[in-house]
Amino acid sequence: MMPLPLTIALAHLAARKRQTVVSVLGVVLGVGMFISVSGLMAGFQATFRGQLIDSNPHITVTDEIRQPPAQPLAMLHPDAAVHLSRVLPRDPVRGISGAGAIVDALSAMPGVVAAPVLRGQMILRRAGRDFAVSASGIDPAREKQVTTLEKDMVAGTLDALGTRSDGIIIGASLATKMGAVLGDTVAVSTIAGTGVALRIVGLFRTGMEAQDNALAYVSLARQQSLQGRPRVVNEIQVRLADISRSIPVAAMIEGRWGFKAAPWEETFERILEVFVLQNVIIYGSTGSILIVAAFGIFNIISTVVMEKGRDIAIMRAVGIPGHVVVTIFVVEGSVVGVLGLLGGWAAGALIALVLAHIPAPGATDPSQTLKVVQSAFTYGLASGIALLSAVAAAWLPARKAARTDPLAIIRGAA
Amino acid sequence: MTVPSPRAPALCANHVSRVLPATVPVTLIDDVSLEFAPGSFTVITGPSGSGKSSLLYLLGLLDVPTRGEILIDGQSVSGRDSEARAAMRLRTFGFVFQFHFLLPEFSVLDNVMLPMRQLGTLSRAAMLERAHAILASLDMTSSANKRPDALSGGQRQRTAVARALANDPRFVLADEPTGALDTVNAAAVFAILRGLTTAGRTVIAVTHDMGLSATADRRIHIVDGRVVSDGAAA
Ligand SMILES: Nc1ncnc2c1ncn2[C@@H]1O[C@H](COP(=O)(O)OP(=O)(O)OP(=O)(O)O)[C@@H](O)[C@H]1O
Ligand SMILES: [Mg+2]
Repeated sequence: MMPLPLTIALAHLAARKRQTVVSVLGVVLGVGMFISVSGLMAGFQATFRGQLIDSNPHITVTDEIRQPPAQPLAMLHPDAAVHLSRVLPRDPVRGISGAGAIVDALSAMPGVVAAPVLRGQMILRRAGRDFAVSASGIDPAREKQVTTLEKDMVAGTLDALGTRSDGIIIGASLATKMGAVLGDTVAVSTIAGTGVALRIVGLFRTGMEAQDNALAYVSLARQQSLQGRPRVVNEIQVRLADISRSIPVAAMIEGRWGFKAAPWEETFERILEVFVLQNVIIYGSTGSILIVAAFGIFNIISTVVMEKGRDIAIMRAVGIPGHVVVTIFVVEGSVVGVLGLLGGWAAGALIALVLAHIPAPGATDPSQTLKVVQSAFTYGLASGIALLSAVAAAWLPARKAARTDPLAIIRGAA
Repeated sequence: MTVPSPRAPALCANHVSRVLPATVPVTLIDDVSLEFAPGSFTVITGPSGSGKSSLLYLLGLLDVPTRGEILIDGQSVSGRDSEARAAMRLRTFGFVFQFHFLLPEFSVLDNVMLPMRQLGTLSRAAMLERAHAILASLDMTSSANKRPDALSGGQRQRTAVARALANDPRFVLADEPTGALDTVNAAAVFAILRGLTTAGRTVIAVTHDMGLSATADRRIHIVDGRVVSDGAAA
């Protein structure tokens, strides 16, 4: 047999179907909105983060030195209490010394690939107009493994940089601005004072206009000679098979070679902070719909408690304990909460399905639709908030019901 | 003053007073001492406002005396907290009020089973059997599945009596159970109450009706919260 409080709770709700349905719909709306909107946000963040992580190195080693390298004396006696005071990081050297060896050592580790880069500014001149770009001297074979540059190529090849020492790869939109096409030559100069004519051997398009307008790639040797810094590398880009290892691997690199190694979490710290703020705003606003739904539950339970004064009085008089009376009304609220929750799951999944068919803003081809990430976490969080607020909303009037003095009502009714 | 009873008192009020705290305190019951023997049928009479209901609430542990105590089998129960008194009411007392207080969403059968389900000592089958038996004894079998709003006044009151009997209580307290009924139905309900004592139950009923009070073993007359006469019904 159904427990007594559940029997009575269901009887009360069944007797006021319209009010119950309205309260349930409030919860359905709240849970549905919470699930779909936070799913949309998570989808956006995942896409953004994926692009960011995918097109950028997972760890960037630069020629800054943040900590002094391990000292020979301490290395000699690893277990002894060796303390060396006044050990300072070396004077900043321009460039990563021994970069070749570091790249080789890193690439030898499982799940790690590394590529050397020399960054430096360049001026591209064409038809009397100057275009400043941030140029990277790269090793095309290694670059392929570390960044998505090869994937982003829309004309020419990345390998051409290896075969043609006078090759340059620029963004497709920059080429359009310059009025240049694949195979054209551009005059290139640097602050080191060197100037040379390079041939466009490739065009890339990342989809991010700022990059497509301002980045250029040449071979590492060409960049070194243009910048007047032979054999110098000022950045090592590292890609990991498992991005979750970025922080320990970065710490290992920095500990072993002393150069600053920034994991992607550090490089994109500001963006990740914006995500956190975004989460707070979205969860806060959709969560508040759930709280408003709780007022609906409070409303129906309060009404029932008020109307059911006589029933509560006789139950108390007959000897039904106060906690059972509380349970009746809390169960009533919970039933509304649970029904709303289940409906909300369905509504959320449905809205997410519809959203996933809407073309993404700024998408070039119609197959690019809004991405909605449905996670057990958001379903769980929505359910938790909905249930908790339903119980709280029912508990307040329920407690009042259990405290009513049955005699006051029995006297009055006689 | 009290009728010498052949058996030991099952329910007893010992110098019980009930005063409502207020700027001018209202005395509902003033130093009442009474004993009720098992198997007795007592009626309480008195003018309106004399304190009949108040006395019944005190005897039924629905209210607590401000002075004196209520004893069951010689044990004082007045010091118990409200949940402990609720538990005692559930198993030991059955109440019938002037208003039926049936749960409107529940059938007659479910209303009768309400106290049984809370007590939880019987299986579902045993509860159903018992509820049907009680309803049959009150000639309510044909209405077992009706809602209270589909019943006549007399049927509602008989359902309330059935609910009072659900947990086989030792004491049945009825406060003007026939107040809303016509003479025929009133006499029927009183006959039922009278019949309950054969199983050894102690029945106490408040009534205005002098004719009905004549059917009782004992009549207690109350005025202004005090017992003014107590004896075998005239
Ligand atoms: N909550 C209260 N506040 C003030 N006075 C009260 C309260 N409850 C009862 N009284 C008073 O206490 C007295 C006894 O009331 P009680 O209901 O016991 O009388 P009664 O004999 O049952 O009357 P009736 O025959 O009309 O039912 C009455 O005078 C009533 O007005
Ligand atoms: Mg009264």
